[in-house]
Amino acid sequence: MTRPSKRVPYEAVVIGVSAGGLHALRAILPRLPKNFPVPVVVVQHRGADSDGFFAEYLDQRCLVQVKEAEEKEEAAPGTVYLAPANYHLLLEDDRTFSLTLESRVRFARPSIDVLFESAADVYGANLIGIILTGANDDGSRGLATIKKRGGLAVVQDPVGAEVDTMPKAALQAAKVDFVLPLAAIGQFLANLYEE
Amino acid sequence: MTNTTDDSKEVEDLEIALLLEGMFKRYGYDFRDYSLAHLRRRLRHRMESSSLPDMGAMLHRVLHDRSFFELLLRDLSINVTEMFRDPDIYLRIRTEVVSRLKTYPFVKIWHAGCATGEEVYSMAILLHEEGLLERCQIYATDFNQIALKKAKAGIYALDQIRQFTANYQKSGGRESLSDYYTADDHSVILKNWLKKKVVFADHNLVTDSVFSEMQLVVCRNVLIYFNRELQNRIFQTFYESLCPGGFLWLGSKESLRLSPMNKHFDPLFADEKIYKREL
Ligand SMILES: C[S@@+](CC[C@H](N)C(=O)[O-])C[C@H]1O[C@@H](n2cnc3c(N)ncnc32)[C@H](O)[C@@H]1O
Repeated sequence: MTRPSKRVPYEAVVIGVSAGGLHALRAILPRLPKNFPVPVVVVQHRGADSDGFFAEYLDQRCLVQVKEAEEKEEAAPGTVYLAPANYHLLLEDDRTFSLTLESRVRFARPSIDVLFESAADVYGANLIGIILTGANDDGSRGLATIKKRGGLAVVQDPVGAEVDTMPKAALQAAKVDFVLPLAAIGQFLANLYEE
Repeated sequence: MTNTTDDSKEVEDLEIALLLEGMFKRYGYDFRDYSLAHLRRRLRHRMESSSLPDMGAMLHRVLHDRSFFELLLRDLSINVTEMFRDPDIYLRIRTEVVSRLKTYPFVKIWHAGCATGEEVYSMAILLHEEGLLERCQIYATDFNQIALKKAKAGIYALDQIRQFTANYQKSGGRESLSDYYTADDHSVILKNWLKKKVVFADHNLVTDSVFSEMQLVVCRNVLIYFNRELQNRIFQTFYESLCPGGFLWLGSKESLRLSPMNKHFDPLFADEKIYKREL
C-alpha cells in the first residue's frame, strides 16, 4: 500500500522539519541507498548561528552524501542538501540552488514554504514533499502548492510525532497522499525507486 | 506533455520577462539577470499585496505609474543586514587584512550593496580601533535610495543593539560598542565622526561603472541575488576596480569557486570569503 503508481517519475524530494528534526532525519536518511537516484533537499529550522555540525553528523550516519547546500551548486542525485542556517534556500529552473537573506517568513529563515514553493515551480508534478515533526505551521502552504502542481504529499503521522503541530497543520492545508509513521518514511522513499 | 500548470508557468515566466524588460526600458533598472526563483517570489508577493490579477496587469501598472515602480524596486531589493554580521570574519579582517592594508599610504574601500549602512559603520569602527581610519576613504554604495538615506542617518532600532553588541565583542572589538553611539528610548544614533571618512552614493552594480581604484572591495550578500552570468560580470567589475593585490570580501555563503574569474583571485583562507586579486 505504501507504493504509489510509477507513472510519474519523481525527480526530487523536499523535506521540512522543525522541533525534533535531528531525531526524525536520523530515522529517515540512513535508509536511503547510496545511489538514491534523485536529490533530497531539507529545510530544518535551527538557530541563526548553528554551523555545519548538523550536516556532518548526518553524513557520518548515511550512505548518501549529506551536505549543506551551496549557492549556485547543482542539486545532484544521491545527495541530501540541508539549508544553511539563517538563509532561505530556493531552487532555480536549472536545478541549482539560490540563497536569499529575505526577512523571516512566518518567523522562519530558512523557511520550508519558500523551499517547497520554489521546488514546485521547478519540478511541477515530479516532486515529493514531506512534512515531519515541528511546533509551527511552516510548510503547509508549500505542501499545498506541491499538491496543486500535481506532486506527491507525504506527512509524518501526527500520532507518534515528537511535536504534532506541523504535521497536523499540513494535513489540514493539503490533500495529503500518504500519512506514515516516522519509521516507515525512509523505506517508503527507498522503495519508490527500487527496481 | 502539456497540461494546465505547465502552461500557466510558461505564461507567467513570459510575463515576468516582459515585466523586467519594461522596467529596464522605462526606468533603467536592470533585473533581467537576477535569480528567477527570487524574482518570482517577490513579484508574486507584490501582485497579491496590490490585488493584481496577474503579472501582465503588473507590467501595465508599472509602466504607467512611477510610484508603483518604486514600490517594486523596494520589493526587489532585500536590505536585511546587521552590524558585525559574521563576527569571526570581521576578526580575520582585523587580524589578517588590516595589517596588509597598512602598507598602503592611502586606503580606499568600497562597500558595494551597503544597504542601511550597518556594515559600513562596523568597518569604520574596526579601522578606527586599528588606527587606520584616518588614512581611509570609504565609498558606500547601493541602488536603493531609501536604504541609502537610512545609512547616511546612522540611526538604528534600539532592539537590535544587543545582537550588534554581541557580534562586536566576538569580532575582536577593543572598546565598548556604546562608545560609538548615543541612545534614546527607541533608537541608537551612531556618532557623527564615524561618517567623516565615508561617502554614501547611489550606484547600480549592474548598470554603472567602476569609479576608483580600491584596496578593498566589500560585497556581501548581494551576489546571491544574481544569476551566474551576472555574478561573473560583477566579479570582472571588482577585478577592474581593485589594485593589483587588493582584497575582495564576499558574504559568508558566496564564493568565486564556480566562476571563471576564480583564476584571477587567491583565497586568503581555506573557506574562501576573502580573496586577493592577482598582481
Ligand atoms: C542583503 S543586503 C546586504 C547588506 C550588507 N552588505 C550585508 O551583507 O549585511 C543586499 C543589498 O544589495 C543591494 N543591491 C541589490 N542589487 C543591487 C545592484 N544592482 N546595485 C547596487 N546594490 C544592489 C540591495 O539594495 C541591498 O541593500
